[in-house]
Amino acid sequence: MEIKYISKEGLNEWFSQIVKSGKRVYAPVRERGQVEFKRVQALSEVAEDYIQTTQSIKSSVFPRAEVLFSFEKENGKVAVEDFNPDAVKETVLWKVHPCDAAGFKPLTAIFNWDYKDKLYNTHLEKTTLVTFSCAKADNSCFCTSVNGGPGNTAGSDVQLTMMPEGGAIVEILTPKGEALIQLAVSAFEKDKGEDKSKYLVDVPKVFDVEEIKARLATAFDSPVWKEQSERCLGCGACAFVCPTCACFDIQEDAHGSKGKRIRCWDACGFSLFTLHTSGHNPRAVQSQRWRQRILHKFSYMPDRLSVLGCTGCGRCSRACPVDMNILEHLISIAKK
Amino acid sequence: MSEQNIYLPYLMTIDKIINEAPGVRTFRLKFQNEEEADAFNFKAGQFGEYSAFGEGESTFCIASSPTRKGYIECTFRETGRVTTGLSKLEEGSTMGFRGPFGNTFPIDEWKGKNLVFIAGGIALPPMRCVIWNSLDLRENFKDITIVYGAKSVNDLVYKHELNEWEERPDVNLVTTVDPGGETPDWKGEIGFVPAIVEKVAPSPENTIVIVCGPPIMIKFTFPVLAKLGFKDDQIYTTLENRMKCGVGKCGRCNVGKLYVCKDGPVFSKKQLNSIPAEEY
Repeated sequence: MEIKYISKEGLNEWFSQIVKSGKRVYAPVRERGQVEFKRVQALSEVAEDYIQTTQSIKSSVFPRAEVLFSFEKENGKVAVEDFNPDAVKETVLWKVHPCDAAGFKPLTAIFNWDYKDKLYNTHLEKTTLVTFSCAKADNSCFCTSVNGGPGNTAGSDVQLTMMPEGGAIVEILTPKGEALIQLAVSAFEKDKGEDKSKYLVDVPKVFDVEEIKARLATAFDSPVWKEQSERCLGCGACAFVCPTCACFDIQEDAHGSKGKRIRCWDACGFSLFTLHTSGHNPRAVQSQRWRQRILHKFSYMPDRLSVLGCTGCGRCSRACPVDMNILEHLISIAKK
Repeated sequence: MSEQNIYLPYLMTIDKIINEAPGVRTFRLKFQNEEEADAFNFKAGQFGEYSAFGEGESTFCIASSPTRKGYIECTFRETGRVTTGLSKLEEGSTMGFRGPFGNTFPIDEWKGKNLVFIAGGIALPPMRCVIWNSLDLRENFKDITIVYGAKSVNDLVYKHELNEWEERPDVNLVTTVDPGGETPDWKGEIGFVPAIVEKVAPSPENTIVIVCGPPIMIKFTFPVLAKLGFKDDQIYTTLENRMKCGVGKCGRCNVGKLYVCKDGPVFSKKQLNSIPAEEY
């Protein structure tokens, strides 16, 4: 890893060179009171002074709805057109938080643990992540309890730590990150030897994830699931804003003789998720679905994929319409 | 990026359609691309995702035996959107197939053993694959017993093959229908599958049992087998949880930490004991 410094002016120059290079740049943008990742052309469009975007940036590699292939029928015969990787554009994700970048690890594990998912891998290969370490957090943030941190570099290609005068410490972490630096190499200066940790917010560690995993191993029949989920609406908001949730449905979008097969986000919190055509539903009530959500993230994924299904971004708690707070639930599980 | 798109189905031609029972059909499918046909291999127990283009995909086992080359077969009941779409297709039409997916019956480990197949209703198809696989390698096994039941005589699938198994001296076939499902000329048993298994009373000595059926049938058959002296590692079944992607990603067939589409669909009763029963 190489460390450099970039001034406020240098940052502007680098950003405009990235846009000029033809890569698509997505960054947090404030619109109607919300901050979301949008395509941007200038650094001035990028939002400041916010804690977290409502949506994570996982849609850049796992789009909300994505065409798996197209087909056309004629006289009982079918012709198919495969997914075209060349149509996927080079993309830079700008000002991603470390918790979102950390989400790419579980996503990659899911999409590659056995069968390799060409669509996901194509998006990932063409994506460069520029993360900004966190100087702010709120009560929903718990990255440090799930092996992350406000300056965690996992998943990042380049990480910037902003300094009060508007410049930044630049950590160049991967060859992709290095290639991005090369677009405006003169904008970067020698490392000033500053310790980035003094610019990071303090996110206290509130539970031990290994302890939770150990408790979950025997918690399948615990009354805790019913207690915690009694007000759960099964709306799926928590899964849709989550940077690591990757459950999907496969749907047909067909009109006349032409159609597309589409993969779209789904959620284990939905009552229809496991419903069989016969009418049998192994997870017939919401407490079973809530249990699945927690066990999948904190027990099954660590066991099967050696990765946690949670990065502590806190979005699920912020998005929940009935104020279910995963952090409180996890603390209560850890204490049981 | 050389990897294949795992969601892109093979194009298959429906070579033959057999009407098995009310709403139940068997399709014999052939690959349209010869190279794909040559490269294709599967083992008994595996499943696929079958497409009616314009309607979507449905999960069924491969119902034909890997010993029968050049085609695959699937048997399905017209129930939902996709199976209704498939039912509208005719011989010569194109449909899609992705697979083979999932694990297999450990048939090589069963050499020299007696085999008992217990199936109910539309669950004979996943077992038909391994039945024909065993019958085509008949010398590898000792006694072969098949207990098959359906609600009524009309609901029995593979009627032509039931006759063939009936006539074979090296197969002990016992068919049954639920009380009230018999016809005046019905010569088989009358009663529910678990009761008939108890009556047939196969010996657990050097025997493997394969059970496929609706959850209620399986639930009541396991205690009968235990009573007859079968140990959990002698009993195999296939789970049929809701599956979509077939490749361990979409998340819906998760049972405990296992994925039916990857770790199954074939499980021994011993393996089932380690996962939560309410999830399948």
